[in-house]
Amino acid sequence: MLNVGKIEEGFVLDHIEAGKSLAIYHHLKLDKLDCTVAIIKNARSNKMGKKDILKVECDINTLNLDILAFIDHNITVNVIKDGEIVDKKELVLPREIHNVIKCKNPRCITSIEQELPHIFVLADEEKEIYRCKYCEEKAGNSSTW
Amino acid sequence: MRHLMNPLDFSVEELDRLFDLANRIEADPAKYAHACDGKKLATCFYEPSTRTRLSFEAAMLNLGGQVLGFSDAGSSSAAKGESVSDTIRIISCYADICAMRHPKEGAPMVAAERSGIPVINAGDGGHQHPTQTLTDLLTIRSLKGRLGGFTIGLCGDLKFGRTVHSLINALVRYSDIRFIFISPEELKVPDYITDMLTEKDIPYEEVIRLEDCMPNLDLLYMTRVQKERFFNEEDYVRLKDFYILDKAKLSAAKKEMLVLHPLPRVNEISVEVDDDPRAVYFKQAQYGVYVRMALILTLLGIER
Repeated sequence: MLNVGKIEEGFVLDHIEAGKSLAIYHHLKLDKLDCTVAIIKNARSNKMGKKDILKVECDINTLNLDILAFIDHNITVNVIKDGEIVDKKELVLPREIHNVIKCKNPRCITSIEQELPHIFVLADEEKEIYRCKYCEEKAGNSSTW
Repeated sequence: MRHLMNPLDFSVEELDRLFDLANRIEADPAKYAHACDGKKLATCFYEPSTRTRLSFEAAMLNLGGQVLGFSDAGSSSAAKGESVSDTIRIISCYADICAMRHPKEGAPMVAAERSGIPVINAGDGGHQHPTQTLTDLLTIRSLKGRLGGFTIGLCGDLKFGRTVHSLINALVRYSDIRFIFISPEELKVPDYITDMLTEKDIPYEEVIRLEDCMPNLDLLYMTRVQKERFFNEEDYVRLKDFYILDKAKLSAAKKEMLVLHPLPRVNEISVEVDDDPRAVYFKQAQYGVYVRMALILTLLGIER
């Protein structure tokens, strides 16, 4: 059994679908932050069989977790302060997602103007459908960068 | 600052005000002949579209304003690789309002985000063409006296027809409308539209032949059935005549039914129909100028 120590302040992202932790690491731009991160892959889980866990030691105000809901709203977000869980954040689908989903429509203006951000807007909250802000193309499962 | 990207950008109430203004312009064009004195419209057309561009230019000239612009990407700085964002920033220094057509979907929205002046989407690829929808709505409202309380038949290419999809989305906001979709199997209206109608409990019917529904229609919106949309020539030859409106087919229609068409027509409406008082597609082009005049005045804040 692998042991990773407690963190003083930051987040523990639990119940990540096995294999998705590295993608989340990049979507949260953790590679650009100067903080301690533990990526635990394929941890045993009673609920899921196996799961990934991310532990991030950082100021709890520095991380924008909105994108997590889009990736997987079953992730449990534990907020840690002074070494204790002080909050469990509920994930809410973000209204807009910037540069996470790539518009695959070859007729979209983003296909020829490279500097444009790829912005997807929540078009149907119930069905969790996002559409490209510019051409209204629906985001598919394979659209993330 | 207001732009027009999508026909649904305006609420039903805002559309009513826009159409009232268009009707006031129609009734007394001289009153508005100097409403845009000193104002300039830029027509930025990255692909050719003679009728839409001329309709916008006629609208601005009728209001006493002036026009400038380009009519294909080759004669604009886009040929040198300039982005839409940069172009609109420059155009904002030259003109007071801009009508933009672009082959790429969403280009006018990119322009609107960076623009210092109101931008009108004059057609972006297969995506939106809101002033065509406003033209259709104004024509129906002016000639029928209302938007709602009728059965509309949409005939031809209902699968790829951008104008048809936009018109359906705009009409579902009004009450008591029944749709009849007349098309070959290959060109049926997409599922997401029929799903939306079912969800909103709006009645619709799908038929193959125009004759099958003619007596029930209050409005008939014709579009072209293009040969290249068919899988084989045999099917095209077998079906194409079902979607050509001629005097014989029109004889089964109600006396007060109206025939609309976004134009250009090729052969889907026989020229013998043109003189029938029910054929209003050329009037529709005139309403296209009135609605663009009303739109320019509204977006410039000159008259609301």
